[in-house]
Amino acid sequence: MSLILLIEQVLNGLQLGVMLFLMAAGLTLVFGVMGLINLAHGSLYMVGAFACAAVAAATGSFWLGLAASLAAAAGAGALVEITVIRRLYRRDHLDQVLATFALILIFSESVRWLFGSFPLYLDTPPLLAGAVTLPGGIEYPLYRLAIIVAGLVVATGLFLLIGRTRLGVRIRAGESDREMIAALGVDIDRLYTAVFALGAALAGFAGAMVGAIQSVQVGMGEPVLILAFVVIVIGGVGSIKGALIGAILVGVTDTLGRFLLPIAFGAVMEPSAATAIGASLASMLIYILMALVLVFRPTGLFGAGA
Amino acid sequence: MKFNAKFAAALSALALAASAAAAEQVKVGMITTLSGGGAGLGIDVRDGFLLALKQAGASDVEMIIEDDQRKPDVAVQLSDKMIQSDKVDIMTGIIWSNLAMAVAPGAVKQGKFYLSPNAGPSALAGKGCDKNYFNVAWQNDNLHEAAGAYANSAGYEKSFILAPNYPAGKDALTGYKRFFEGDYAGEVYTKLGQTDYAAEIAQIRASGADSVFFFLPGGMGIAFMKQYAQSGVDIPLIGPAFSFDQGILQAVGDAALGVKNTSQWSKDIDNETNKAFVASFQEEYGRLPSLYASQGFDTANLMLSALKVAQPSDADAFRAALETADFASTRGDFKFGPNHHPIQDIYVREVIKEGDVFTNKIVGVALEDHGDAYAAECKM
Repeated sequence: MSLILLIEQVLNGLQLGVMLFLMAAGLTLVFGVMGLINLAHGSLYMVGAFACAAVAAATGSFWLGLAASLAAAAGAGALVEITVIRRLYRRDHLDQVLATFALILIFSESVRWLFGSFPLYLDTPPLLAGAVTLPGGIEYPLYRLAIIVAGLVVATGLFLLIGRTRLGVRIRAGESDREMIAALGVDIDRLYTAVFALGAALAGFAGAMVGAIQSVQVGMGEPVLILAFVVIVIGGVGSIKGALIGAILVGVTDTLGRFLLPIAFGAVMEPSAATAIGASLASMLIYILMALVLVFRPTGLFGAGA
Repeated sequence: MKFNAKFAAALSALALAASAAAAEQVKVGMITTLSGGGAGLGIDVRDGFLLALKQAGASDVEMIIEDDQRKPDVAVQLSDKMIQSDKVDIMTGIIWSNLAMAVAPGAVKQGKFYLSPNAGPSALAGKGCDKNYFNVAWQNDNLHEAAGAYANSAGYEKSFILAPNYPAGKDALTGYKRFFEGDYAGEVYTKLGQTDYAAEIAQIRASGADSVFFFLPGGMGIAFMKQYAQSGVDIPLIGPAFSFDQGILQAVGDAALGVKNTSQWSKDIDNETNKAFVASFQEEYGRLPSLYASQGFDTANLMLSALKVAQPSDADAFRAALETADFASTRGDFKFGPNHHPIQDIYVREVIKEGDVFTNKIVGVALEDHGDAYAAECKM
């Protein structure tokens, strides 16, 4: 195993982490501010990917598709918030889980009805195609570098939005006491719709970016959603900073685990068994990480009261 | 003249009587995947099956079609309902091996016929075979074995092999290894449902392999192919047809061009049945047929050919008729081995672009008249 390969794998982990952050940020905002568990967050990711693929196919431009994915996911998010989610804030989490699970089924079958059962085609924009050579002779796909950069830009933007703007102050205030900020004259309904739409747009953005290197198909959001939940549990519910650190931790752990564990087992047993055991353990690794974090910090790394 | 008229009358009476016998209604229960991520496969099997019935004008076949949602518990419930309350005679349709294992053994135990249009788990080909279970597609290992045979003939000496960490993934690598004679630069099991292959591709780049064999069905394969193409790694890929099927090739796009894959069917197999099938499927549904559509079509035609000879109520005669496989298959040569699994040619195809459409072209035969490795264990 060479150093170049190891660095490349760390970059891969970083890229996966940044992508998970885009998913987890929206989820943790909605959970932190509104106290709502939204299982349908993965469906918004799927909506983003499908909107991007459909518009890119119609116009020939990936960038128009990307813009459409933001609009479609934010629109779908706002619509869902106004028609369904709004009724659930005061209900307990079980009701929320049930209702948002129903939304997953509705979204999946609607998308299938609209676009059919076969996966859609979405390729990377020509501008970002191919691989580049980084210092040290590391060959790395340009598009994955772009995902890392885009994710870090979005993360910075989110920190500024939450920490430095009036909307951010209101979001943080709504997190601690919704009655009080309503009494201060903030339209809490509209604030919540905006937060929900923002979270949805982030998920849609992630879906569109990832759709170009994975498959755009019905049900693509659910596996990512599980990882996003792991991220926010590790990072601490409601914390954007926690989501970023947690996402990168999960991304790097998962990638390096898949790469290193079979090699490690290979040192002590015969190769075929080592790959099978290593692979099984690697797929458990992030859950083990989550359990360890929870043992030492029950509310997550940056959770309230930690 | 008079004699002729009498003769004609007698003949037509005979024909009437014969058609009255043939008009005995046969109930077919089809459980397949029509919703969720894997729906494309089930829809193609269903459409191929129904096309064959339509072309035969089979008004005596009553279809009951249900969606298993790719869930074994749902499939079992549906099969109980079909057997107990709908009283079907023949069952078919299942795509996934784990669902087939949940349904097929129970169905044949209750005296039904099961004709598998896709799933071919080794357990049902060897010790667990049954006289009423027929597989019209392949035994699971077959296409992977053919990929191994092709890798030998292409002169590859060091393969990197890759599959998801679940039973069919392990069978795939076992199948490849059964025929490939070279060394291995690496062997990796991925998570089932994994969508990011950056870590594996980096290993392939560093491994020094001269070929990569991978089995990653559905969306996993699309993700892998696209990421592989972008990575700049140019070691040739080999895979079974599942990752290069008509239903997903468009989603993979340019990344698949030139890749060699193994299949028992291709739209350019040169026989009359296949040509007519491809044309009529395209006309009926407005898309090119897939491997799965051809399997559904062949399954229905096998069933219809047997129904011409006997009814399922006469189980021994119907089974004997199925065993002769006296139908025009889209694959050309087709017959059943002693364990009711196909003996057929498996081709090497290359992904090409015809106009705007990505599709496959046959470039060679990987294995001729190929059966499976489990037939000897089958005692019926």
